[in-house]
Amino acid sequence: MNKLAIPSRILAAALGGYALANSGAILLAAALPGGQAEAVTWGLLASFLIYTAAVMWVFSVRSALRAWLGVLVPGFVCGALAWILMQGGTP
Amino acid sequence: MTGHFRQSMAWLHTWTGLVLGWVLYFVFVTGTLGYFDTEIDRWMQPELPVATEMADARATVRVAQDYLEHHAPGHARWFISLPTDRNSPYLSVFSQQGRAHGGPGMHADRVLLDAETGRALRARDTGGGQLLYQMHWKLHYLPEIVGQWTVGVATMFMLLALITGIVVHKKIFSDFFTFRPGKGQRSWLDAHNATSVISLPFQLMITYSGLVFLMTVYMPMIVSAFYGSDDAAQRVFREDLASRPALVQPARTPASLLPLDHIIADAQERWGEGAIDALDVRHPYDAHARVIVRGSIAAGPVRAAPSLVYDGVSGELLAEQAARTSAAKTTRDLLLGLHEGMFAGPVVRWLYVLSGLLGCAMIGSGLILWMVKRRQREAKLGGSAYPGLQLVERLNIATLVGLPVGIAAYFWGNRLLPAELAERATWEANILFLAWAAMAAHAVWRPVARAWGEQLWLAGAAYALLPMLNALTTERHLARSLLTGDWVFAGFDLTMLAVGVMFASVAYALARRQRRFAARQVIDSPPPSHIVATRAEETA
Repeated sequence: MNKLAIPSRILAAALGGYALANSGAILLAAALPGGQAEAVTWGLLASFLIYTAAVMWVFSVRSALRAWLGVLVPGFVCGALAWILMQGGTP
Repeated sequence: MTGHFRQSMAWLHTWTGLVLGWVLYFVFVTGTLGYFDTEIDRWMQPELPVATEMADARATVRVAQDYLEHHAPGHARWFISLPTDRNSPYLSVFSQQGRAHGGPGMHADRVLLDAETGRALRARDTGGGQLLYQMHWKLHYLPEIVGQWTVGVATMFMLLALITGIVVHKKIFSDFFTFRPGKGQRSWLDAHNATSVISLPFQLMITYSGLVFLMTVYMPMIVSAFYGSDDAAQRVFREDLASRPALVQPARTPASLLPLDHIIADAQERWGEGAIDALDVRHPYDAHARVIVRGSIAAGPVRAAPSLVYDGVSGELLAEQAARTSAAKTTRDLLLGLHEGMFAGPVVRWLYVLSGLLGCAMIGSGLILWMVKRRQREAKLGGSAYPGLQLVERLNIATLVGLPVGIAAYFWGNRLLPAELAERATWEANILFLAWAAMAAHAVWRPVARAWGEQLWLAGAAYALLPMLNALTTERHLARSLLTGDWVFAGFDLTMLAVGVMFASVAYALARRQRRFAARQVIDSPPPSHIVATRAEETA
């Protein structure tokens, strides 16, 4: 394992995990029916759980590259889906 | 994969637990004290009369209105908090000049009133239990945002440490009953497991809900994505979630204000007696005066109160808001309510304190376990403690025992600082941190094995002597509070005595262990490095 593997994973967990927690929560809030404030609250409540799961993923996979891909790819997918939903949602 | 997974989670558990473990210990100690915040407030203001139960809400409100009419005419907002329970033991009022919904430029000052005479109650200036309680998410001396984020990151680490701790665990239930004392590392592991497993549901709840308290601070982008990123967005979101009825602007034409006890009478008819917690009066003496009657947020574990909005001139009920409006808000309010435990009576309150103390023990034993494990490994290899290990050893002493010494010093300061000292409350807090800094310095300069014992003895004395200090500096000594049934004072004194005895017995047990260990060393294998170090320094 090279020397940068641990710092790289720490960054993937802290920043990549944070990004995924945000985009995942925004997707959830955009997808949920009902009032906007309620949907945003569910998103906020879920965000810490998504963050926790993301950090555990980052440190459990075999390589730092997979760790980064594992947070960034779903992060982008969630962000893109949320964006599409929110565009469609505005009249 | 499972072997690798468990191993990586064990690694994550170790490091998320260690890195901010001392911050977490501070948060858990001050947070646990927060469950007795108003009791500590009362002990720290011994001039105040013993709080009594409110006889009649209507008469009490008349007293408060009379006071505010004389002392805060023309203010934009009056707030009257009724003496309902341990959460608010005294009648208190505050008023704001300027804009009624707070924000910069507001002037808020809470005054405690005698509910019978309406006289303002005067007592020494102190941060009280409230300051200790607020430290558990704001820390101290730091800008609020820095304190909140530091605690937030530490709490996220805690959540990770808890969940990875569960994952790496093989036999959760047998650990519940396993304790092998006197076996060094193994005993600390047993202690860490037992304290964690017993209180696991509490620790999960308190950690997750701690994040939920400040979720819009930690995750502002989720709100911004829907509400925009300007300053008002967060407030719009909060009001949207609470679906609070909009309040009108003042009409700027004077009008008389209805006696507030009329409004209380109407609210009591709707809710029953004893359900009213506070009155919030907006623009008194304006034609658009509004009186908001708030129910108690401590009526149950859901931290939400119903409210009634009245026209302050005609007394007409304008709006009624239920405590529970949506599933999402109720879920959040339940998490916040469980965290704060405002609803808890004496038995549940003590269970909260006990769970909090188990949390402190879980964190403390984890920090010690990290240290003992590495110290034993070093001793086996014949090496001495490396800088990282030394740092952890010193930080452990300075925090695990040094912080409690600092808090004891805070109580001593409360009794010994002159009553008329300027910025007295600030100095009480300074004493806490000065004493703590002294303990940190002591932990650095003294040999490790000595530093533990000395600080433990000091903590024991500092707490056990508090009832005596109280007896010497106030009229409300333990014998009197026991005889008169003053349970706040008796409870505080007895608890401090018990805490002192606990620290002293740990100190005593440690001293006995060290003597036995030293005696065995003469004929036995090489001792751990810290004992060698101590003895070398003694003979030098």
